[in-house]
Amino acid sequence: MRFEHPATFNPIDQLKVVGHPTSRIEGPLKTTGTAPYAYERHDVVPNQAYGYIVGAAIGKGRINAIDLAAAKDAPGVLAIVTADNAGKLGKGERNAAPLLGGPEIAHYHQAVALVVAETFEQARAAAQLLRIDYSKADGKFDLAAGVDGAIAPKPSFGGPADTAVGTFASAFAAAPVQLDARYTTPDQGHAMMEPHASIAAWDGDKLTVWTSNQMIAWGAGDLAQTLGIPKDKVRLISPYIGGGFGGKLFLRADVLLAALGARAAKRPVKVALQRPLMFNNTTHRPATIQRIRIGADRDGTITAIGHESWSGNVKDGEAETAVSQTRLLYAGANRMTAMRLAALDLPEGNAMRAPGEASGMMALEIAIDELAEKLGMDPVALRIKNDTQVDPEHPERRFSQRQFVQCLNEGAARFGWSQRNPKPGQVRDGRWLVGMGVAAAFRNNLVTKSGARVRLDQQGVVTVETDMTDIGTGSYTIIAQTAAEMMGVPLEKVVVRLGDSDFPVSCGSGGQWGGNNSTAGVYAACVKLREAIAQKLGFNSDEAEFADGLVRAGNRSVPLAQAAGQDGLVAEDAIEYGDLAKTWQQSTFGAHFVEVGVDADTAEIRVRRMLAVCAAGRILNPKAARSQVIGAMTMGVGAALMEDLVVDKRHGLFINHDLASYEVPVHADIPHQDMVFLDETDPVSSPMKAKGVAELGICGVAAAVANAVHNATGIRVRDYPITLDKLIGQLPEVG
Amino acid sequence: MTKVSFDVNGDTHQLELDTRTTLLDALREHLHLTGTKKGCDHGQCGACTVIVDGRRINSCLTLAVMHEGDEITTIEGLGAPDHLHPMQAAFVKHDGYQCGYCTPGQICSAVAVLDEVRSGIPSHVTADLTAPVRLTNAELRERMSGNICRCGAYSNIADAIGEVAGRSA
Repeated sequence: MRFEHPATFNPIDQLKVVGHPTSRIEGPLKTTGTAPYAYERHDVVPNQAYGYIVGAAIGKGRINAIDLAAAKDAPGVLAIVTADNAGKLGKGERNAAPLLGGPEIAHYHQAVALVVAETFEQARAAAQLLRIDYSKADGKFDLAAGVDGAIAPKPSFGGPADTAVGTFASAFAAAPVQLDARYTTPDQGHAMMEPHASIAAWDGDKLTVWTSNQMIAWGAGDLAQTLGIPKDKVRLISPYIGGGFGGKLFLRADVLLAALGARAAKRPVKVALQRPLMFNNTTHRPATIQRIRIGADRDGTITAIGHESWSGNVKDGEAETAVSQTRLLYAGANRMTAMRLAALDLPEGNAMRAPGEASGMMALEIAIDELAEKLGMDPVALRIKNDTQVDPEHPERRFSQRQFVQCLNEGAARFGWSQRNPKPGQVRDGRWLVGMGVAAAFRNNLVTKSGARVRLDQQGVVTVETDMTDIGTGSYTIIAQTAAEMMGVPLEKVVVRLGDSDFPVSCGSGGQWGGNNSTAGVYAACVKLREAIAQKLGFNSDEAEFADGLVRAGNRSVPLAQAAGQDGLVAEDAIEYGDLAKTWQQSTFGAHFVEVGVDADTAEIRVRRMLAVCAAGRILNPKAARSQVIGAMTMGVGAALMEDLVVDKRHGLFINHDLASYEVPVHADIPHQDMVFLDETDPVSSPMKAKGVAELGICGVAAAVANAVHNATGIRVRDYPITLDKLIGQLPEVG
Repeated sequence: MTKVSFDVNGDTHQLELDTRTTLLDALREHLHLTGTKKGCDHGQCGACTVIVDGRRINSCLTLAVMHEGDEITTIEGLGAPDHLHPMQAAFVKHDGYQCGYCTPGQICSAVAVLDEVRSGIPSHVTADLTAPVRLTNAELRERMSGNICRCGAYSNIADAIGEVAGRSA
């Protein structure tokens, strides 16, 4: 199905099932521990051996030799895979650094060996016996030092290296009120709860991998490419994924090494990345240095806005696109953005929840707060003043929906923003200095092809198959709701099967595109199935109504189960998009409000209240969508207050590579969270009229926290995370 | 290899294990009770929480052979998909999870926390060690802080536990 014109009324608009806050259909499995994750598939293939990964102990250089003798002789060892014996390997299209290092080492903890043994304990013990002789080379590990040599990256998914509209330099120079500030964001880790894990089994030249991956078709394709085998010989199965956040978008070392280990050991092999390897072995959100300049008239009208960002990456890695939201969020006649990329030898930087915008909004939304302070203007009012309903670079392109102002106003009213004292450091509650902060939320809505197969059987059960994944996002549930709505059956009559490369290729889970596109693909397949049913019954498919388990036309009515017949009916289709994303700008909007307390003596920061108001098209399941947003708000608190992969610049690694030293929010850090969706449908986005929401929720949160800390203390921290050492020397004198 | 015998969810199991085998791996790899999750394998995430003789522990930080004769309750012992434990049902109702990987540990912790509070066991944030413990927001959040949820379902988890405990979170 091609989607080329804005959607009109369609069966989804009935909202009998879609749009309801249904509990997750897989909830009973997840809460009883019976949902099977990758490493747990004792059921799929017998005789599984255990693989244990060895990571490189240098940040850059070469392996001179690996002495395998002691490990080979260790009890239970079946095989040891290294680059020496793995055979010729290619590199996946979406991998920058090779997944199996040697002799060249591209980054610290790059996998250099897999030890396969009968048991986990044996594999782990034998892995300690490898003697690896390295030649360590000097590497570049310091982004700040790399800024001078940074280059303009090739145009990518995130846009060109440089953009310009009007005359930024002169307009900024002439502006009566100017802000020119520099911000930094650190490297961050996905730190999903389930480590990357795979079980690989060969059957002749056919390879099956039970794994944990967000993008099945990407993973299968890149695995085939790396192994140099045809893609149709590779099957990836990933029905449950214990979190991804972008860290499982791509083929990673667990998959490749399980496959190589299984080939070497001639039996199935299971591999999980050890937690302390994950942060350096896999990808991370790259650090940024950002400069923001904004010029405004005294009434708050922005006349010039410029955003520059520097980030680093390994060879073939891309820039963090931290400037992208600044091209669209605020009005202003004169604009520029620039991205520069420094060559670093740290582990590969890549997508983490809201790549680009999450980092960019951390800086931009402090800058807006600073500008408001300079203007003596309320920061909510300043944002409203500079709203735009068109793409500022291409005013002929309107936003398909843009309820940004409504989000700000609704949030301000609900949060009690009018109670905020604009003068910092004035509000006390016992030992706490109390402050409120606000920030915009913004993230683009991306449309991409997505396919599904729908089957109707003689029991009237509708089974949906798509390689779409559920990484905690609620895919199972919203896909079931979509199929139930389309086919006129209750939710209990729908079975959803996900995450298998034998199923039609979907959009996968990433970039907050999963919800809208995958359900639109199911919509397309259901339209086809409806036509097949109508045709079989001799109904005019335009007249046929699907409701209450029946298909009706005129005065005829047939139960679906009967319509299916003994052989059942099946239909497959995909949603494909025309030019609507070019003629309209599709984005999602929100406003974050945060209240913090800062201990007047110790500078301990506590988040006391959080509210997000979001407008993101039709909300297919308000319960799951709300959870996506509050989860993103939680990650935003992490970004604001604690998350920081600290670079050891001598050895070239993230030194805090575990969950005790890479701190993420815990229960005690997070208050009760409020979250509101504004009523919205966006007929431009898809037949579902939905948009993404999972990444919108993190964009701006950290800045709202930073702005609240400023309001509480008068201290402006521009280098994340905002830890108490950055406050304690400057706390206001208190009685 | 050493023999060990313990009860899991009411069933007695006799195992002959490598002495290096953690309780977590004995459950997951030997008994195929994979509801207990391995998130970090060294006591930093809480995904492997089980209840041993009435107290919650990280099963990755204890060797299986140390549990001779112990009574172990895992997530599978609390309830099953067709007859959920009240805490499991509350997690479903309040959407106290997303990816589901930390969930069994959260639920085992939550069940044990309510027992701890009933038993008057203080926590880091208990102000008065002589008075009965009350399950305040601070108590609940402090006691659950050993169970990381990267999806960030904390606010919903608090609602779920609060409902089972008969109070609002």
